[in-house]
Amino acid sequence: MNQEKVHNDVRSFRRFSTIVLTVLTVITLLPILLIVIASVTDESILLTSGYTYFPGRLSLDSYYYMVRQGPMILRAYGITILVTVLGTLGSILLTATLAYPMSRRDFKWHNTLSFLVFFTMLFNGGVVSAYIMWSTIFGIKDTLLALILPNYLVTAFNVFLIRNYYSNSIPTALIESAKIDGATELTIFMKIMLPLAVPVMATVALFTGLTYWNDWTNGLYYITNPELYGIQNLLIRIMNNIQFLKSSSNAALLGTQTVDLPGTSVRMAMAVIGILPILIVFPFVQKYFVKGVVLGAVKG
Amino acid sequence: MTTRAVKKKKSSTAQTLPLMLIALPGIIYLLINNYLPMFGVFLAFKDYSYVRGIFGSKWNGLDNFEFLFRTKDAWIMTRNTLLYNAAFIVLGTVLAIFVAILIHELGKKRRVKLFQASLMLPNLLSWVVIGFIVYAFLNADNGFINNTVYKALGWQPVSWYSFRPPWPYILVFVYLWKYVGTNSIIYVAGIAGMDREIFEAAQLDGASKVKQILHITVPMLRPTIITLTLMAIGRIFYSDFGLFYQVPANSGRLFDVTQTIDTYVYRGLMERNDVGMSAAAALYQSLVGFILVVGANALVRRIDKENALF
Repeated sequence: MNQEKVHNDVRSFRRFSTIVLTVLTVITLLPILLIVIASVTDESILLTSGYTYFPGRLSLDSYYYMVRQGPMILRAYGITILVTVLGTLGSILLTATLAYPMSRRDFKWHNTLSFLVFFTMLFNGGVVSAYIMWSTIFGIKDTLLALILPNYLVTAFNVFLIRNYYSNSIPTALIESAKIDGATELTIFMKIMLPLAVPVMATVALFTGLTYWNDWTNGLYYITNPELYGIQNLLIRIMNNIQFLKSSSNAALLGTQTVDLPGTSVRMAMAVIGILPILIVFPFVQKYFVKGVVLGAVKG
Repeated sequence: MTTRAVKKKKSSTAQTLPLMLIALPGIIYLLINNYLPMFGVFLAFKDYSYVRGIFGSKWNGLDNFEFLFRTKDAWIMTRNTLLYNAAFIVLGTVLAIFVAILIHELGKKRRVKLFQASLMLPNLLSWVVIGFIVYAFLNADNGFINNTVYKALGWQPVSWYSFRPPWPYILVFVYLWKYVGTNSIIYVAGIAGMDREIFEAAQLDGASKVKQILHITVPMLRPTIITLTLMAIGRIFYSDFGLFYQVPANSGRLFDVTQTIDTYVYRGLMERNDVGMSAAAALYQSLVGFILVVGANALVRRIDKENALF
């Protein structure tokens, strides 16, 4: 094949790739776009011609409505933020403190601990006994702890991610010399090891943060009091029952305006504000996200 | 020999306690969150009542399992879990590799980042939000499909949430929509790590792009494909709870095609209040899951020791 032919082949394949990927991207983004448009569509149009990409008349009523609704939505948002922050911090701390001793080959129990963590990947007791245990023995039902403690704080995958980072990229000489200088194990961990692991912990924090932000299962199992709903559980409740928006605690605030509830578009507006923080943050952390996915593939 | 023994003894006494204390909070968490429920599996052999509690409830031997496997549900949820996962593994892998090859061929950095970000986006959304998106398309009264697509085609509207036949396709589509972008990242990394010289040599020999992909890229991805597939098979008894619970909007009319082991366990526990049966289904899942994951790993280790879990 001559030079020009090779060149044409490469170019036409590149063009083909661009076209196909553009089509796939459009297919990927259009569904998300539909709920964004629905959230700013005039309620009467949603009722007559349904969800549409070209509504003709736009309206910000649903967002005004949410602002007027203030307390409930703000509260749910606050709970989600609080749970995400506490869960992520707790997770990093517990994961790093468990992973570091496991990485120390001179630590007598490092293999035992590795097995303890590893076995959780093979077998689990199932959600039924976990649910009964958390709700009867620990009594976390209808407390904020229920949104933080079950399932996500320490996962075997994250522990191994940080342990491998310590054993592969931190020289043992560093620990030896710190010991000669008289540092205790705790000082070595806090002052040297924790700061050194910041890059890998950023990746762990990113995935854990996303998990907590998007989690709705803990709320589904353990929360019955609407005052403790995070944004995801509030969304579930509103999907099942749009009337919930006008429920007792909010009725006073709205007075007689409840008749004008723009139900359909408000639902979608709430879903939009639920994903907004992710859309804003993602472009800045895409690199770490990609890195995390690749690391995950190496050791599943 | 003696010096090593002395050194070992010294290290074990001096370091064990402080390091153990550092690890302790994490260990306690795992003992509570992961190990305590393992001992709780005996609930599957009890006629559980909330009033009598964990220890007060009466034993009923294998009754829960007998009832479970006598119902149609056991067969339906097992079949659905396995068939959906099989479809996800096959189609998900093929599409992820296809997308990865296209992304690699683009070459230009900026466009790659943009395409990748868009394709990964659905994976950042919660199943609740995805449930909303699907609802915007499918709800019978004002959904996009009935009101725009079907109207334009002159077709009768369909009440999607109570009409079973299309759901297997819908669920597979939603799964692929959410995960293919993210899953392709692994293959993009795999392709990027390949030796360019092989491709250059093939080009000199007159191999076209398509031939290079079929005869070099795909074969070189084989170890990755096999490893990831075996790992997925190890988890074939587990399903994505959100996909099967939120996306069909928990619609009872659809259970025949949407019920998986995970949704059955949830419904038994939280909606039917049948703790015993639910615990039996959960233990069934855990046990078969354990066998599958150990078996799959043994196979991975045979083929590709580097990537085995243990």
